Amino acid sequence: MRSQIAAASAFLRNTWRGLTSMRTALVLLFLLALAALPGVLLPQYSLNSGKVAEYKAEHSTIGPWLDKLGFFNVFAAPWFAAIYLLLFISLIGCLLPRTVEYLRQLRARPGLTPRNLSRLPHHAERTVDADVDEVVAAGRQRLRGWRKEIGEEPGGVRTISAERGYLREAGNLVFHFSMMLLLVGLAVGKLVGYEGQVIVRADGSQWCNSGLFNYDSFRPGLTVDGTNLSPFCVRVDSFRANYLPSGQADTFHADIAYQAGDDLGTDRWNPYGLEVNEPLRVAGDRVYLLGHGYAPRFVVTFPDGQTRTQAIQWRPTSTATLLSEGATKFDPPGVTDPAERRKHQLAITGLFAPTAAYDHTGKILTSAFPMVNNPAVAVDVYRGDLGTDSGSPQSIFSIDERMVRDGRLNKVARQNLELGQELTLDDGTRIRFDGVEQWISIQVSHDPAQVWVLVAAVLVLAGLGASLVIKRRRVWLRVRPNGAGEGGGRTVVEVGGLARTDQAGYGEEFGRLAGDLLAARTSGTAPNKIVADRADPERTGSDEAGPDETSNKTQRAAAGGGHDRQDVP
Amino acid sequence: MSINSTLSQYSDLSYTTAIAIYVFAMLLHAAENAFGRRAVQREQKALVAAGGVPLAEQPSRGVVDTGRALPERLGRMGVSLTVLGAALHFASLALRGLATGRVPWGNMYEYISAVCLGAVIAWLVMLRRHSVRQLGAFVLLPLVVLMFLAGTVLYAQAGPVVPALKSYWLVIHVSAMVISSGVVLVAGVASLLYLVKARHEANPSTFAKLGSRLPAADALDRLAYRTTVFALPLMTFGIMAGAIWAEAAWGRYWGWDPKETVALVSWVIYAAYLHSRATAGWRGNRAAWVNVVGFAATVFNLFFVNLVTTGLHSYAGVG
Ligand code: HEM
Repeated sequence: MRSQIAAASAFLRNTWRGLTSMRTALVLLFLLALAALPGVLLPQYSLNSGKVAEYKAEHSTIGPWLDKLGFFNVFAAPWFAAIYLLLFISLIGCLLPRTVEYLRQLRARPGLTPRNLSRLPHHAERTVDADVDEVVAAGRQRLRGWRKEIGEEPGGVRTISAERGYLREAGNLVFHFSMMLLLVGLAVGKLVGYEGQVIVRADGSQWCNSGLFNYDSFRPGLTVDGTNLSPFCVRVDSFRANYLPSGQADTFHADIAYQAGDDLGTDRWNPYGLEVNEPLRVAGDRVYLLGHGYAPRFVVTFPDGQTRTQAIQWRPTSTATLLSEGATKFDPPGVTDPAERRKHQLAITGLFAPTAAYDHTGKILTSAFPMVNNPAVAVDVYRGDLGTDSGSPQSIFSIDERMVRDGRLNKVARQNLELGQELTLDDGTRIRFDGVEQWISIQVSHDPAQVWVLVAAVLVLAGLGASLVIKRRRVWLRVRPNGAGEGGGRTVVEVGGLARTDQAGYGEEFGRLAGDLLAARTSGTAPNKIVADRADPERTGSDEAGPDETSNKTQRAAAGGGHDRQDVP
Repeated sequence: MSINSTLSQYSDLSYTTAIAIYVFAMLLHAAENAFGRRAVQREQKALVAAGGVPLAEQPSRGVVDTGRALPERLGRMGVSLTVLGAALHFASLALRGLATGRVPWGNMYEYISAVCLGAVIAWLVMLRRHSVRQLGAFVLLPLVVLMFLAGTVLYAQAGPVVPALKSYWLVIHVSAMVISSGVVLVAGVASLLYLVKARHEANPSTFAKLGSRLPAADALDRLAYRTTVFALPLMTFGIMAGAIWAEAAWGRYWGWDPKETVALVSWVIYAAYLHSRATAGWRGNRAAWVNVVGFAATVFNLFFVNLVTTGLHSYAGVG
């Protein structure tokens, strides 16, 4: 029994160790990169569900399988989540011990001075004409800002052991912790955020963020039920789109006004110029200009002489020319009997072209340009029962085809109309294409966590910069009285250096440092001897990787990566 | 903003000339490599005689100044030509910018051209610090191919940009991406050649000819590491700037748009590269492979994502 518990705990410990090792992190990083690829190569629901349907139609055998396995919604798929959750756990398991280790190191003193400094990758030696204490004092002075420890050895020998660059590991920890903060911020945004789109006519129409039903489409976060939307209203006064002669969009600008807070319900409005790249930020939400289109205005004169005017948005079928389609629906005026009304409802459907162009027959309407230069419509007029009383919702852009199939809604005219032209139905009803209005579609986005994501991102960057720029490095000084009298000076000074991180590039700094340390009160007569500055890789271009290799391992072992521990030379 | 077509013609001319000059420079470097082996040996003898340490990548500056061997002169001419090409290349982008009155990276053609210029400049800077001239031909080859494709298949007339690109973030985000992508292209070439050299060092009969002419594997490793370490923070910044821009332009800071996603994938690969250098058993060959994969992801992002998938990135549509 006891041995089973021991075995189980050993198993858990090993699993944990395995999961939090650098190698696992590496494999998980790869898996993450690999798993994201189908999200690029295959169409995704979140980006374009039409393309997904197209793909599935073309690949009827594997399409449904890919769909079931989540390949069309990769970034919400459980296997994708599994990878980053494992990475997360690995990261936590890796960070905690490293943080503890780092805090310990902050209080630790630099290590002992190695016996043989000449075996370090950086080394210099010289005899000087100052005494030992003077050299040590000067060395302390020069190494201000380094963490130092002064030591003594038999025979009047004194040493300084100094280390610098602790911030590198701090930067690394900040980087990894901030990555986690960033992911948490992202997740919170997905929980409490929302995003909705709505079309508003650019004729002074108002729109308020007061409920889900005010939107044409709405994507709530997991905890959003639509009851607590940020209250604000916008009014769209006018819209201007400018296109280059090539048809390429040049500028979009909507003059809008908004109100929030105490202004709500009053007639105090704040003007704003809404543009692409210039969202309105109000009441913690953002309002974006997403698109625009046209609403042809029709005037219907009924047989009894009454007129009705309507302009309903039609939707663009082509973003390049803004050829649009839609359905403008009318109830006969003054008819109270529902049965009677259902015989005389009207729908004007068809195409709208902002700049009319016709094919060679002169009949088929297309659009040559997205701006309103020469507007025209090609309409089919239906009369009968639109099905609006049936209770089931219908699209504002089309009529209910079932009514047509059932014979309850009949086509009574088909004609092309230019601006101001009119057609007459068999019962004497006249329909005039009277003008063009504009609409814009706006998006409202809400994500209170995004500012935290930004903060985390800045920290990620700062941490990464620090951990890549700062070098963890050491320098040792051994100062001994010159017993043998060699070289003429009174004191022999030896300097050794070691960079503990991957970066090459300690050589130059060490060169300067050694120069200063050795220059301390050199006697005028003593021949200056710099012995074997054999490994100044920056200068000689030789290979630094050898000795650094060891130091890297050491550091990593200390960092808790779970590798073989090796002591500093 | 009207387009100055004279300037844009000069820009095109500079571009074509720059490619031609790069090709010449590449040929000179190749010639140096082809004839250079014996020269290296001779230099080493000279060095030893002068009391130096015979290192394969030891620069010969100041040691054998007189009577410089022909291959070395060819190599140096290659470098000079590369500098000239870079100047013209820069001029072509600057003229585009002047012709259109905006930063010259508003479409695929301009973007790739700018990335290649970034790579050439990174290469020239590296060349001042490390003696890796033997790599010249290998660095220039992919750049010439990229520039050729950009100038033919992806060429776009000078013109204004769509509203979504009218933002100062175009300057910030894209310049960071341009520089970091250019620099990692150099890193990728270095890692690729590291793989060749490491195999050659392990067994001199593999890649016998090529291997013997490359700088030492460690020098290549260091070059790859240095360039990647420079590029990664910049790439991180570029992706973040892109997210900030996307928040203003598209209504969300992250939406798994294909281009965003591939940029993130490359970033993760470069993070894996740094990790692999810190992982026992992964240093050396495996790390180099990771960097090569990163290189592939970068090129993939340049071309494939723009051409095959259509995301929100406005210059995804070519032309
Ligand atoms: C979200 C996933 C991760 C990302 C994006 C990431 C990224 C990075 C980057 C860019 C570096 C380079 C900084 C430097 O060289 O100092 C780095 C270093 C490091 N990472 Fe991670 N990391 C992740 C997860 C992990 C995990 C799970 C572990 C632990 C198992 C880990 C352990 C380390 C260590 C020890 C270093 C220092 C390497 C060195 O000294 O050069 N990382 N990481």
